[in-house]
Amino acid sequence: MKGLRFVIAGVVFGIVMIKSEAVSWYRIQEMFRFQSFHMYGIIGTAVLLGIIAVYFTRRFRLKDYQGKAIIINNKDKQWTKYIIGGLIFGLGWALTGACPGPMFVTIGYGYFSMIIVVMGALSGTFLYGLVKHKLPH
Amino acid sequence: MLELLKQPWPWYTSGAAIAAIMVSLLYFGKSFGFSANLSTICSLAGAGKRVPFFDIDWKTQQWNLLFLLGAVLGGVIAATLLKNNHPLQLSAATVSDLKTLGIRFDGQLEPTQLFGIQALSIKNTALMLLGGMLVGFGSRYAGGCTSGHAISGLSSLQLPSLIAVIGFFAGGLIMTHLIFPLIF
Repeated sequence: MKGLRFVIAGVVFGIVMIKSEAVSWYRIQEMFRFQSFHMYGIIGTAVLLGIIAVYFTRRFRLKDYQGKAIIINNKDKQWTKYIIGGLIFGLGWALTGACPGPMFVTIGYGYFSMIIVVMGALSGTFLYGLVKHKLPH
Repeated sequence: MLELLKQPWPWYTSGAAIAAIMVSLLYFGKSFGFSANLSTICSLAGAGKRVPFFDIDWKTQQWNLLFLLGAVLGGVIAATLLKNNHPLQLSAATVSDLKTLGIRFDGQLEPTQLFGIQALSIKNTALMLLGGMLVGFGSRYAGGCTSGHAISGLSSLQLPSLIAVIGFFAGGLIMTHLIFPLIF
Protein backbone atom coordinates (compact mmCIF):
# COMPACT_ATOMS: atom_id res chain seq x y z
CA MET A 1 0.00 0.00 0.00
CA LYS A 2 1.45 3.31 -1.16
CA GLY A 3 -0.02 5.40 1.63
CA LEU A 4 1.36 3.26 4.44
CA ARG A 5 4.62 5.20 4.57
CA PHE A 6 2.70 8.36 5.48
CA VAL A 7 0.78 6.56 8.22
CA ILE A 8 4.09 5.29 9.62
CA ALA A 9 5.66 8.77 9.46
CA GLY A 10 2.58 10.05 11.30
CA VAL A 11 2.86 7.33 13.96
CA VAL A 12 6.50 8.27 14.58
CA PHE A 13 5.48 11.94 14.75
CA GLY A 14 2.73 11.18 17.28
CA ILE A 15 5.04 9.15 19.50
CA VAL A 16 7.77 11.81 19.34
CA MET A 17 5.30 14.56 20.20
CA ILE A 18 4.14 12.70 23.34
CA LYS A 19 7.55 11.37 24.41
CA SER A 20 9.20 14.77 23.98
CA GLU A 21 6.27 16.27 25.92
CA ALA A 22 6.04 18.93 23.19
CA VAL A 23 2.26 18.43 23.23
CA SER A 24 2.09 19.41 26.88
CA TRP A 25 0.23 22.58 27.81
CA TYR A 26 2.61 22.84 30.77
CA ARG A 27 5.71 22.64 28.56
CA ILE A 28 4.34 25.36 26.28
CA GLN A 29 3.80 27.56 29.32
CA GLU A 30 7.33 26.83 30.49
CA MET A 31 8.58 27.89 27.05
CA PHE A 32 6.62 31.15 26.94
CA ARG A 33 7.87 31.95 30.45
CA PHE A 34 11.51 31.19 29.50
CA GLN A 35 11.80 28.79 32.42
CA SER A 36 13.29 25.78 30.68
CA PHE A 37 15.49 25.01 27.71
CA HIS A 38 13.46 21.90 26.82
CA MET A 39 11.20 23.24 24.02
CA TYR A 40 13.95 25.48 22.63
CA GLY A 41 16.22 22.44 22.54
CA ILE A 42 13.65 20.41 20.58
CA ILE A 43 12.86 23.12 18.03
CA GLY A 44 16.51 24.23 17.83
CA THR A 45 17.83 20.71 17.17
CA ALA A 46 15.12 20.03 14.58
CA VAL A 47 15.83 23.30 12.74
CA LEU A 48 19.62 22.96 12.90
CA LEU A 49 19.56 19.41 11.51
CA GLY A 50 16.86 20.47 9.05
CA ILE A 51 19.06 23.30 7.73
CA ILE A 52 21.95 20.87 7.23
CA ALA A 53 19.70 18.32 5.48
CA VAL A 54 18.11 20.92 3.20
CA TYR A 55 21.54 22.40 2.41
CA PHE A 56 22.84 19.02 1.20
CA THR A 57 19.58 18.28 -0.61
CA ARG A 58 20.01 21.48 -2.61
CA ARG A 59 23.79 21.30 -2.94
CA PHE A 60 23.78 17.79 -4.39
CA ARG A 61 20.35 18.11 -6.06
CA LEU A 62 19.11 15.02 -4.27
CA LYS A 63 16.16 13.18 -5.72
CA ASP A 64 13.06 11.76 -4.12
CA TYR A 65 12.13 8.05 -4.16
CA GLN A 66 10.73 8.39 -7.69
CA GLY A 67 13.94 9.95 -8.98
CA LYS A 68 12.39 13.43 -9.25
CA ALA A 69 14.43 16.38 -8.03
CA ILE A 70 13.37 17.49 -4.54
CA ILE A 71 12.04 21.02 -4.91
CA ILE A 72 11.39 23.14 -1.86
CA ASN A 73 8.88 25.82 -2.72
CA ASN A 74 9.53 29.34 -1.56
CA LYS A 75 6.83 30.95 0.57
CA ASP A 76 5.29 34.06 -1.02
CA LYS A 77 6.91 37.34 -0.20
CA GLN A 78 3.97 39.03 1.45
CA TRP A 79 4.54 40.27 4.96
CA THR A 80 1.31 41.35 6.62
CA LYS A 81 -0.12 37.86 6.59
CA TYR A 82 2.87 36.37 8.37
CA ILE A 83 2.84 39.03 11.07
CA ILE A 84 -0.90 39.14 11.78
CA GLY A 85 -1.55 35.46 11.07
CA GLY A 86 1.45 34.51 13.18
CA LEU A 87 0.28 36.65 16.11
CA ILE A 88 -3.21 35.14 16.00
CA PHE A 89 -1.77 31.63 15.83
CA GLY A 90 0.51 32.34 18.80
CA LEU A 91 -2.38 33.54 20.95
CA GLY A 92 -4.18 30.26 20.33
CA TRP A 93 -1.04 28.17 20.73
CA ALA A 94 -0.42 29.50 24.25
CA LEU A 95 -4.09 29.28 25.23
CA THR A 96 -4.63 25.68 24.17
CA GLY A 97 -1.02 24.53 24.56
CA ALA A 98 -1.45 22.81 21.22
CA CYS A 99 -0.59 23.49 17.61
CA PRO A 100 -2.49 21.62 14.88
CA GLY A 101 -0.46 18.37 15.02
CA PRO A 102 -0.46 17.93 18.80
CA MET A 103 -4.25 18.54 18.95
CA PHE A 104 -4.79 15.29 17.10
CA VAL A 105 -2.00 13.43 18.87
CA THR A 106 -3.45 14.24 22.30
CA ILE A 107 -6.89 12.98 21.22
CA GLY A 108 -5.20 9.65 20.44
CA TYR A 109 -3.50 9.82 23.83
CA GLY A 110 -6.92 10.01 25.46
CA TYR A 111 -7.58 13.73 25.98
CA PHE A 112 -10.98 13.66 24.32
CA SER A 113 -11.77 17.25 25.24
CA MET A 114 -9.17 18.21 22.59
CA ILE A 115 -11.93 17.36 20.09
CA ILE A 116 -13.42 20.72 21.12
CA VAL A 117 -10.11 22.43 20.27
CA VAL A 118 -10.09 20.69 16.88
CA MET A 119 -13.69 21.82 16.25
CA GLY A 120 -12.53 25.35 17.06
CA ALA A 121 -9.54 25.00 14.72
CA LEU A 122 -11.76 23.75 11.88
CA SER A 123 -14.19 26.65 12.35
CA GLY A 124 -11.27 29.09 12.51
CA THR A 125 -9.90 27.67 9.27
CA PHE A 126 -13.35 27.90 7.66
CA LEU A 127 -13.78 31.47 8.88
CA TYR A 128 -10.44 32.40 7.31
CA GLY A 129 -11.51 30.95 3.96
CA LEU A 130 -14.75 32.91 4.22
CA VAL A 131 -13.18 36.32 4.91
CA LYS A 132 -9.81 35.87 3.19
CA HIS A 133 -10.53 38.36 0.41
CA LYS A 134 -11.32 41.09 2.94
CA LEU A 135 -8.08 40.72 4.90
CA PRO A 136 -4.78 42.49 4.29
CA HIS A 137 -2.06 40.10 3.14
CA MET B 1 14.76 -1.10 24.26
CA LEU B 2 11.05 -0.74 25.02
CA GLU B 3 11.94 0.46 28.52
CA LEU B 4 14.21 3.10 27.01
CA LEU B 5 11.47 4.28 24.62
CA LYS B 6 8.99 4.53 27.47
CA GLN B 7 11.04 7.19 29.26
CA PRO B 8 10.48 10.84 28.38
CA TRP B 9 12.86 11.52 25.47
CA PRO B 10 15.59 14.13 25.82
CA TRP B 11 15.21 17.24 23.67
CA TYR B 12 18.04 16.33 21.28
CA THR B 13 16.52 12.91 20.43
CA SER B 14 13.13 14.51 19.90
CA GLY B 15 14.54 17.33 17.76
CA ALA B 16 16.50 14.87 15.64
CA ALA B 17 13.41 12.69 15.19
CA ILE B 18 11.37 15.69 14.00
CA ALA B 19 14.09 16.61 11.48
CA ALA B 20 14.11 12.97 10.31
CA ILE B 21 10.34 13.09 9.75
CA MET B 22 10.69 16.28 7.70
CA VAL B 23 13.50 14.74 5.59
CA SER B 24 11.52 11.49 5.08
CA LEU B 25 8.56 13.48 3.79
CA LEU B 26 10.87 15.38 1.40
CA TYR B 27 12.15 12.03 0.18
CA PHE B 28 8.55 10.93 -0.35
CA GLY B 29 8.10 14.06 -2.49
CA LYS B 30 6.01 15.96 0.10
CA SER B 31 6.47 18.93 2.34
CA PHE B 32 5.89 18.71 6.11
CA GLY B 33 2.99 20.97 7.10
CA PHE B 34 0.24 19.75 9.38
CA SER B 35 -2.29 22.60 9.38
CA ALA B 36 -3.11 22.05 5.69
CA ASN B 37 -5.14 19.11 7.00
CA LEU B 38 -7.58 21.48 8.71
CA SER B 39 -8.25 23.08 5.35
CA THR B 40 -8.55 19.69 3.62
CA ILE B 41 -11.10 18.53 6.22
CA CYS B 42 -13.15 21.67 5.49
CA SER B 43 -12.98 20.78 1.78
CA LEU B 44 -14.03 17.20 2.51
CA ALA B 45 -16.98 18.50 4.52
CA GLY B 46 -18.16 20.34 1.41
CA ALA B 47 -16.95 23.87 2.23
CA GLY B 48 -15.72 24.20 -1.37
CA LYS B 49 -19.28 24.53 -2.64
CA ARG B 50 -19.74 27.82 -0.82
CA VAL B 51 -16.21 29.13 -0.37
CA PRO B 52 -13.78 29.03 -3.31
CA PHE B 53 -10.78 28.82 -0.93
CA PHE B 54 -11.78 25.25 -0.09
CA ASP B 55 -12.52 24.24 -3.68
CA ILE B 56 -9.44 22.05 -4.01
CA ASP B 57 -8.88 18.48 -5.07
CA TRP B 58 -8.51 16.89 -1.63
CA LYS B 59 -6.82 13.85 -3.19
CA THR B 60 -3.59 15.85 -3.55
CA GLN B 61 -3.64 16.08 0.25
CA GLN B 62 -4.59 12.46 0.87
CA TRP B 63 -1.03 11.68 2.03
CA ASN B 64 -1.30 14.39 4.70
CA LEU B 65 -4.59 12.99 5.99
CA LEU B 66 -2.86 9.60 6.28
CA PHE B 67 -0.11 11.34 8.24
CA LEU B 68 -2.82 12.79 10.52
CA LEU B 69 -4.31 9.33 11.00
CA GLY B 70 -0.84 8.05 11.90
CA ALA B 71 -0.37 10.93 14.37
CA VAL B 72 -3.55 9.91 16.22
CA LEU B 73 -2.38 6.27 16.22
CA GLY B 74 1.00 7.43 17.53
CA GLY B 75 -0.86 9.06 20.43
CA VAL B 76 -2.68 5.80 21.10
CA ILE B 77 0.59 3.83 21.08
CA ALA B 78 2.23 6.36 23.42
CA ALA B 79 -0.70 5.98 25.82
CA THR B 80 -0.61 2.18 25.82
CA LEU B 81 2.51 0.34 24.70
CA LEU B 82 4.89 3.20 25.55
CA LYS B 83 3.06 4.57 28.59
CA ASN B 84 5.13 5.61 31.57
CA ASN B 85 3.71 6.68 34.88
CA HIS B 86 6.34 9.14 35.97
CA PRO B 87 5.07 12.67 36.50
CA LEU B 88 6.22 15.35 34.06
CA GLN B 89 9.28 17.25 35.33
CA LEU B 90 8.11 20.83 35.05
CA SER B 91 10.36 23.67 36.16
CA ALA B 92 9.61 24.83 39.72
CA ALA B 93 9.28 28.43 38.51
CA THR B 94 6.50 27.46 36.07
CA VAL B 95 4.70 25.44 38.75
CA SER B 96 4.78 28.47 41.01
CA ASP B 97 3.68 30.93 38.28
CA LEU B 98 0.75 28.69 37.34
CA LYS B 99 -0.22 28.36 41.00
CA THR B 100 -0.50 32.16 41.17
CA LEU B 101 -2.98 31.93 38.27
CA GLY B 102 -4.90 29.24 40.16
CA ILE B 103 -3.77 26.38 37.90
CA ARG B 104 -2.53 23.39 39.84
CA PHE B 105 0.33 21.33 38.40
CA ASP B 106 -0.72 17.68 38.53
CA GLY B 107 2.23 15.98 36.79
CA GLN B 108 0.16 15.01 33.72
CA LEU B 109 0.76 16.18 30.14
CA GLU B 110 -2.25 18.48 30.22
CA PRO B 111 -3.79 20.13 33.28
CA THR B 112 -6.77 18.01 34.34
CA GLN B 113 -8.30 21.20 35.66
CA LEU B 114 -8.59 22.54 32.10
CA PHE B 115 -8.69 19.48 29.85
CA GLY B 116 -10.15 16.76 32.04
CA ILE B 117 -13.56 15.55 30.87
CA GLN B 118 -14.93 16.17 34.38
CA ALA B 119 -13.67 19.77 34.14
CA LEU B 120 -15.75 20.55 31.03
CA SER B 121 -17.29 23.76 32.35
CA ILE B 122 -18.80 26.40 30.07
CA LYS B 123 -15.70 28.53 30.61
CA ASN B 124 -13.24 25.75 29.73
CA THR B 125 -15.25 24.76 26.66
CA ALA B 126 -15.39 28.37 25.50
CA LEU B 127 -11.64 28.84 26.02
CA MET B 128 -10.85 25.63 24.10
CA LEU B 129 -13.13 26.62 21.23
CA LEU B 130 -11.70 30.12 21.10
CA GLY B 131 -8.10 28.90 21.35
CA GLY B 132 -8.73 26.37 18.59
CA MET B 133 -10.29 29.05 16.40
CA LEU B 134 -7.26 31.31 16.84
CA VAL B 135 -4.95 28.44 15.90
CA GLY B 136 -7.03 27.49 12.85
CA PHE B 137 -7.56 31.06 11.63
CA GLY B 138 -3.97 32.11 12.34
CA SER B 139 -2.32 29.11 10.73
CA ARG B 140 -4.26 29.56 7.50
CA TYR B 141 -3.73 33.33 7.52
CA ALA B 142 0.02 32.85 8.05
CA GLY B 143 0.05 30.00 5.52
CA GLY B 144 1.36 27.39 7.94
CA CYS B 145 1.86 26.35 11.54
CA THR B 146 4.76 25.17 13.65
CA SER B 147 5.59 22.33 11.25
CA GLY B 148 5.25 24.29 8.01
CA HIS B 149 7.00 27.46 9.17
CA ALA B 150 9.14 26.69 12.23
CA ILE B 151 10.42 23.34 10.94
CA SER B 152 10.10 23.19 7.12
CA GLY B 153 10.37 26.94 6.51
CA LEU B 154 13.27 27.72 8.83
CA SER B 155 15.14 24.63 7.61
CA SER B 156 15.06 26.06 4.10
CA LEU B 157 16.09 29.48 5.46
CA GLN B 158 12.98 31.35 4.37
CA LEU B 159 12.54 34.85 5.69
CA PRO B 160 8.70 34.69 5.56
CA SER B 161 8.82 31.69 7.89
CA LEU B 162 11.13 33.48 10.30
CA ILE B 163 8.66 36.37 10.44
CA ALA B 164 5.76 33.98 10.99
CA VAL B 165 7.65 32.21 13.80
CA ILE B 166 8.42 35.55 15.47
CA GLY B 167 4.68 36.27 15.18
CA PHE B 168 3.81 32.88 16.76
CA PHE B 169 6.14 33.68 19.59
CA ALA B 170 4.94 37.24 20.12
CA GLY B 171 1.33 36.00 20.18
CA GLY B 172 2.24 33.34 22.74
CA LEU B 173 3.98 35.88 24.97
CA ILE B 174 0.99 38.25 24.81
CA MET B 175 -1.40 35.43 25.73
CA THR B 176 0.79 34.10 28.54
CA HIS B 177 1.85 37.34 30.16
CA LEU B 178 -0.95 39.79 29.40
CA ILE B 179 -4.13 37.79 28.79
CA PHE B 180 -3.74 34.81 31.16
CA PRO B 181 -3.89 37.02 34.29
CA LEU B 182 -7.23 38.36 32.98
CA ILE B 183 -8.86 35.02 32.15
CA PHE B 184 -7.52 32.70 34.87
